Amino acid sequence: MSDFWILLTGALVASCCGVLGVFLVLRKMAMIGDAISHSVMPGIVIAFLLSGSRDSLLMMFAALIFGLLTTFLIQMFQQSGIQSDASIGVVFTALFAIGVVLVSLYARQVHLDQDAILYGEIAYVHWNIWELGGVNMGPKAVWLLGITLLVITSVIGLFYKQFKLCAFDPALAAAIGIPVALFHYLLMGLVSMATVSSFESVGAILVVGLLIIPASTAYLLTDRLGVMIGLSVGAGVASTFIGYGAAVVLDASIAGCMVCAAALLFVIAFLFSPSHGIVIKKLRMRKLA
Amino acid sequence: MDKIWSMLSDPNMQWIFLGCTLLGLSSGVIGCFSYLRKQSLMGDTLAHAALPGICIAFMLTGIKSIGLFLIGAGIAGVVATFGIGYITRNSKLKQDAAMGIVLSGFFGLGIVLLTLIQHGEYGNQAGLDKFLFGQAASMIASDVISMTVVCVSLITICTLLFKQFKIISFDPGFARGLGYPVAFLEQLLMLLIVVAVVAGIQAVGVVLVAALLITPAVSARYWTDRLGLMVVLSGVFGAVSGGIGTWISASVSNLPTGPVTVLAATLLFCISILFGPQRGLVAKRLLRQRVKQRYNRENERLLDGNVKKEAAL
Repeated sequence: MSDFWILLTGALVASCCGVLGVFLVLRKMAMIGDAISHSVMPGIVIAFLLSGSRDSLLMMFAALIFGLLTTFLIQMFQQSGIQSDASIGVVFTALFAIGVVLVSLYARQVHLDQDAILYGEIAYVHWNIWELGGVNMGPKAVWLLGITLLVITSVIGLFYKQFKLCAFDPALAAAIGIPVALFHYLLMGLVSMATVSSFESVGAILVVGLLIIPASTAYLLTDRLGVMIGLSVGAGVASTFIGYGAAVVLDASIAGCMVCAAALLFVIAFLFSPSHGIVIKKLRMRKLA
Repeated sequence: MDKIWSMLSDPNMQWIFLGCTLLGLSSGVIGCFSYLRKQSLMGDTLAHAALPGICIAFMLTGIKSIGLFLIGAGIAGVVATFGIGYITRNSKLKQDAAMGIVLSGFFGLGIVLLTLIQHGEYGNQAGLDKFLFGQAASMIASDVISMTVVCVSLITICTLLFKQFKIISFDPGFARGLGYPVAFLEQLLMLLIVVAVVAGIQAVGVVLVAALLITPAVSARYWTDRLGLMVVLSGVFGAVSGGIGTWISASVSNLPTGPVTVLAATLLFCISILFGPQRGLVAKRLLRQRVKQRYNRENERLLDGNVKKEAAL
């Protein structure tokens, strides 16, 4: 039964990240995704210190605020003349450092240690059960991730057209009256939400692997946005399964193995993608010659 | 206060303090060039990529020595740089996505190896996870010495090749025209970044070591428009944050060095962004006010003149 819950959690994380990752990769904001996944840390820790529990709405809210704060600060520094990559670097390292210092200082009060931040605790997901009136409703993480996925799919589904246009041609989107900045912050808010609900399972740093790698894999396989989202989710879920299998065999970190599996799938797509793969291109050239 | 003095008089602590200050100095100096070449996040990627290199070096030899880790992490860094370049050149993915993939892929591998080491029968593995967030106090004399040697040589190379690095940072095309070996110099600079990152790992940790490259350089940029001064300032900022970080983290138990160092650097950054001459927020606000006042005064004078003219008519 624990295998089932771990795989379900992993699949949900991969789906949340897969959908959003596509937009990050298309808008060339992969590193902003990385920054957000680091800088929601202090939000999580502060909410944890205030409420003392791990799965509160407060945590989600605090992380959301820090995610948006990160986006805002990066934007502000960029406008004041700092190069974009440097402003990303300054902001997320500072916020992440605050988070780590808080964890270290209150490590005894808080049931949250550095290992949990880095690796996540997907192996213990099924211990943390949500009971409603004495009835076992399944792990809390699954519920949290399920709700996050629901929010993400409904927001993206409702504004699919707008997100699509903002991803490919923000100037045109602005010209025809779509509030581009609003959609930018909406996307970043969703990324923060996905990060914080995945945080517990795969850890703060590996979330970014699941955000960017499956989406990039999908990007190499297709030229259509709808198909790309599907493929990205598919690649994410597949790497969850392969990663878990590998982790059981090797007795190693599950989250780490999941990211490695995602990277492996990316390498395969990079080499053998029917339209963009290196090997396929070489073969085609040889046939022509 | 007593604790601080006793700490500063402890010879072992003095060494560590010196090592971290030098580390901050050299990272600050090299960070300037990587900032100007718009490669700030490269340091972050290389730092994350160093983790599997360190783990493999440890698994192969079973010894914890900074020299071996330097080699392992250096190789991993070179592979990562090559990977990023290869992905960007050979697919439609942009550099940021390529960096994200390499960063998280390598880090994932590093974490897998780290857990393998922890679960496997490797003897003195305790402390390898200190590399994630850094613990300067855990360094031993030989570590400090090798770190010092590395930092001094980094600073020496940067001083000797200052002119060359300056020209490839601002105008690589011109440098090529003058006959400098641009590709070689670029590779060399990348190698220096890898070395700076790896040297910093034990003190600051892989997750945050990039901040030592980025934050002091950005702060220094607020004070000056001259590269020479910027490099010196950035070095000083780096050194101060390294020193403060080591000092605070050693005096509070269970506090990793990396985050404290980064916070010190961030504090300097905030001061710079507020009070830097010309570019700082305060200076900008004052300038705007001055311009506004002058405009109002001139407007009033003009208005007065018009009124007088009308009265004369």
